Amino acid sequence: MSKTISQSPTATPFQAPRAARIVGLSVALYACYALAQLDFSWARFETGLGNGLRFIARMFPPDVSRLDVLWSGLRESLQIAVLATTLGVLCALPVGILAARNLMPAWCSWPARGLITICRSLHPVIVSILFVKAVGFGALAGILALMVASVGFIGKLFAEATEEISLKQLEAVRATGASFPNLLAYGVLPQVLARFVGFATYQLDSNLRNSTMVGIVGAGGIGGALFSAFQRYDYDFVFTILASIVAIIVAGELAANQLKKVFHV
Amino acid sequence: MTAHALELRGLVKEYRPGQPVLRGIDLNIEGRGLTAIVGPSGTGKSTLIRCINRLVDPSAGAIWLCAGNQRIDLATQRGRALRECRRRIGMVFQEYNLVERLTVMENLLTGRLGYVGAWNAWRRKFPQADLDHAFELLDAVGLRTFVNQRADALSGGQRQRVGIARALMQRPQVMLADEPTSSLDPKTAVEIMTLLRDQGLKRGIPVIVNSHDVDLARRFADRVVGMSGGKVVFDGAPAGLSDAVLRTIYGGEDWLQ
Repeated sequence: MSKTISQSPTATPFQAPRAARIVGLSVALYACYALAQLDFSWARFETGLGNGLRFIARMFPPDVSRLDVLWSGLRESLQIAVLATTLGVLCALPVGILAARNLMPAWCSWPARGLITICRSLHPVIVSILFVKAVGFGALAGILALMVASVGFIGKLFAEATEEISLKQLEAVRATGASFPNLLAYGVLPQVLARFVGFATYQLDSNLRNSTMVGIVGAGGIGGALFSAFQRYDYDFVFTILASIVAIIVAGELAANQLKKVFHV
Repeated sequence: MTAHALELRGLVKEYRPGQPVLRGIDLNIEGRGLTAIVGPSGTGKSTLIRCINRLVDPSAGAIWLCAGNQRIDLATQRGRALRECRRRIGMVFQEYNLVERLTVMENLLTGRLGYVGAWNAWRRKFPQADLDHAFELLDAVGLRTFVNQRADALSGGQRQRVGIARALMQRPQVMLADEPTSSLDPKTAVEIMTLLRDQGLKRGIPVIVNSHDVDLARRFADRVVGMSGGKVVFDGAPAGLSDAVLRTIYGGEDWLQ
């Protein structure tokens, strides 16, 4: 009896699905093809390493003579990040609820999901270029661009978190005769608030990093100073700016952890 | 005028067309006392209870909610009118269905959400009368010291007490309980049934309890409704639950030994 079972083809305990194998093989083949196309050679890599070392050597000693430029850039970047996160998160909250398919009818959730997809599909730098064209150079363009990114990211995660809530708790609140806003306040939000705070702090972290970059296309912040320092070959000043950005990101991460503690996440 | 609190007429529910779960239920619930609905799993006990407060929409039939000279067909209510009807019906759930991340007090106040506007509810601003009522109910269920605990910190029995208190916060005309003791140990189950019966008597409201525990039903119910295959096959005093009746309700007989 046991022999017939072990011989039957269905008895093989572990077998990778054929489709997964084909996909894996295709990815490997395409990687080889792309490598050949891009003319990536060891010689070029070696020259590159030499260039990199010279570049790093020119960063030292770091230039600390233009702290006023550094400070005004960083301050603007911080302002962009905090404003974009606050406003973006406030906008993402209703968009995320509207996009949750377990709370909203399809005619409402699909447009909201469409909006989220549009917000997510373009990189913040590209959105920044669009806003610089629309509202001109400066921090406003950066704030608007990062708001769009925040609505896309938080909106999507928040909608997904809302779709995973326990419907039993919702059912009990509904059974008391609660109106829809009260249902949201007592049935939905308590279940998702902790995760929402997590998403928001992550987005603040992400916006801090992006706010140092939108300046490259003229949308305000330290990015502008960084870009012009690169163009003038002021690598010592570049180093100062990069080190400050790293310090700010680390500080932001610590602050985010504290924020999570405050909200008992 | 009738003394019935609820009148069910020809209640039918089909989740899939042609496969009725409830096949025409006619039932009158008197103004007081505990009615137990017993029957095998999948026979529509939960569906029946959920049709009454419209967590499930019935396919056909009428559910009359009666109070004084007023008679409302729950089956036809929609929107705001339905919410106003739900406020008058308290419900206790098998898995308690408390909002886990809210405190005991917030869970109790959930029972008043049908009466409080969104802005006040959001700011946790409830009328003093509601807060007094909540503390009185916490005393009644013996959980006064837990008022600021989060619901997910409570044991099963404690959670169900909060569930009962939340339903009573509505000052309901009718109490529904869907398998309120199925997730509890036997001792706690008896305590919960006692609480349901006593609170129903004290407040003069009828309590309808779904149960698959025939012994508990016998012990606590003033009236037992036996369901089988989506129909009422027995309706009477618990003393009438003979072996023959139980065979009609549940089928087979080995389990009766």
